[in-house]
Amino acid sequence: MTLTEKILARASGRERLSPGDVVFSKVDRVMMHDVSGPGVIKVFSEWEKKGVKIDHIWDPDRVWVTEDHFVPAADRVSAENIISLSNFTKKFGIKKHFKYGLGQYGICHTLSHEEAMVLPGEVYVGGDSHTNTTGAMGAFAAGLGHTDIAYVLMNGEIWFKVPETMMFRIEGNMPDYLMAKDIILQIIGDIGTDGANYRAMQFEGSVVEQLTMEERLTLTNMTTEAGAKNGIIEPDETTFAYLRERTDAPYSPAHCDSDAEYSEVFTYEIEKIEPTVAKPFSPGNITVARELQGTELDKAYIGSCTGAKLEDLREAAKVLKGRHVKIRTEVLPAAQSIYMKALREGLIAIFMEAGAVVGPPTCGACCGAHMGVLGKGEVCVSTTNRNFPGRMGHVESQTYLASPMVVAASAITGKITDPRDVTGN
Amino acid sequence: MNKLKGKVHKYDRDNIDTDVIIPGPYLKIHDHKELAKHAMEGIDPKFPEKVSQGDFLVTGGNFGCGSSREHAPIALSQTGIKAILAPSFARIFYRNAVDGGYLLPIEVDEATFKKIFDGDELEIDIAHNSIRNLTRNEQYAMKPFPELVAKIVEAGGLMNFKPASN
Repeated sequence: MTLTEKILARASGRERLSPGDVVFSKVDRVMMHDVSGPGVIKVFSEWEKKGVKIDHIWDPDRVWVTEDHFVPAADRVSAENIISLSNFTKKFGIKKHFKYGLGQYGICHTLSHEEAMVLPGEVYVGGDSHTNTTGAMGAFAAGLGHTDIAYVLMNGEIWFKVPETMMFRIEGNMPDYLMAKDIILQIIGDIGTDGANYRAMQFEGSVVEQLTMEERLTLTNMTTEAGAKNGIIEPDETTFAYLRERTDAPYSPAHCDSDAEYSEVFTYEIEKIEPTVAKPFSPGNITVARELQGTELDKAYIGSCTGAKLEDLREAAKVLKGRHVKIRTEVLPAAQSIYMKALREGLIAIFMEAGAVVGPPTCGACCGAHMGVLGKGEVCVSTTNRNFPGRMGHVESQTYLASPMVVAASAITGKITDPRDVTGN
Repeated sequence: MNKLKGKVHKYDRDNIDTDVIIPGPYLKIHDHKELAKHAMEGIDPKFPEKVSQGDFLVTGGNFGCGSSREHAPIALSQTGIKAILAPSFARIFYRNAVDGGYLLPIEVDEATFKKIFDGDELEIDIAHNSIRNLTRNEQYAMKPFPELVAKIVEAGGLMNFKPASN
């Protein structure tokens, strides 16, 4: 069995599973935030109207909550959503509620690894499509809607159709001008935004082995943009070392069988990949950064679960150090802890000396919510994950998706720029 | 399940994503009727006015890709849409539509998709997996729901569905 099949088999009490089997799987961890949480609360209230009595949930210790999309409260409605989320966690005894302005908080997918909220071998569901991110820790991680999350909160299980697994082998030595973002954009460009629909995307190979935990998380994060049910990477010493720094909780990792069957196997040689950009209006609409040089920009955005982890900020800072931005540039670290580490490492000073504004952790403008949304006709280069029409603001604004290095290089020139053309490497 | 009858609203485009179906700024809204006012705003701001109770949406493939927002099937169903016919659906949209009991995601093949036009009157017989185009006097097949999905559809959503012992 593949890694995904092994984890789902264990969680559904089966000896063996094959793609296409439908199972009710036990859930180890469940997450909701200030958008999906109020949706779940609404589902609960609808169920109560229909006579379902809800005075407790399945296991409050396996549920965690964060405030990330519309925080700091963007307006009155957002503030009231956060109040109702707080009332909910209090009522049902959910202790892990990361609140902004009260210590650690941040984007849900970033906290999932930064706080070790999910462990290898577990089944993790979240009320957000980029829940796939956390599969890089060797977990089965998939996004669900409000009704499904409400069902999990009540029952501790949910149905899944066992997905086929597509294997992506990335081989070679990672060059210093590339990031995991370039790899996943290349893959989405090749297979298309529905290329992995209903399937699992697994990553392995010498490059994946070299990648740090945070970089691996960029790969799995954007499996969502190819339509995948989940993204997954077999846990190894990199995973275990990352977790040792964050938790002493026990876990039992799963591993692929040697005779695991993959629906397709793709092999990439990293030397053939270049700094890559997805043009408007699809994450699959890719080309190399140098093809787009001269494309005029209004803004650079370094933020989100995809592109504002500590290493994303480090790589952007390497490019920006001692230089000045030519266009409006916004940096929003993905979690309070990452903001703090970036501050201690001097990265925040580099960004501010370059002229960028540094904001609090939030999903913010990535989903067009607040804090830097685009106006009509504005063109943005962004470390985020989606560039559908209207994604970051006005329906006639445009977003180019790229790695933190490409975004930083482009901020300096005001045009889409390959980082090698700024740093001279 | 009874037969469904209604008028077609067709958008001949693949990959209609959740940012188009219900844009990000409305995610903080959880009032279903309010969400309906913004359904499909990114592609056709007049959409909610055009739809009558029981109508169908016909679109290209990978409908509902993007975010997990349940706002998307909620907003569409609140305008009156009872079923969406498309060559394929994005997975979270599909299961949200079914598990929430909002509307039916019906898969049809490309040839059928091309034969149905904006304004056509359809009658869908779920029990027999058949679609009748009353305007053109044609008959098409729909892809049957997988077994579990059919049971959840029959129950009217996941809340009313009790899985057999697992």
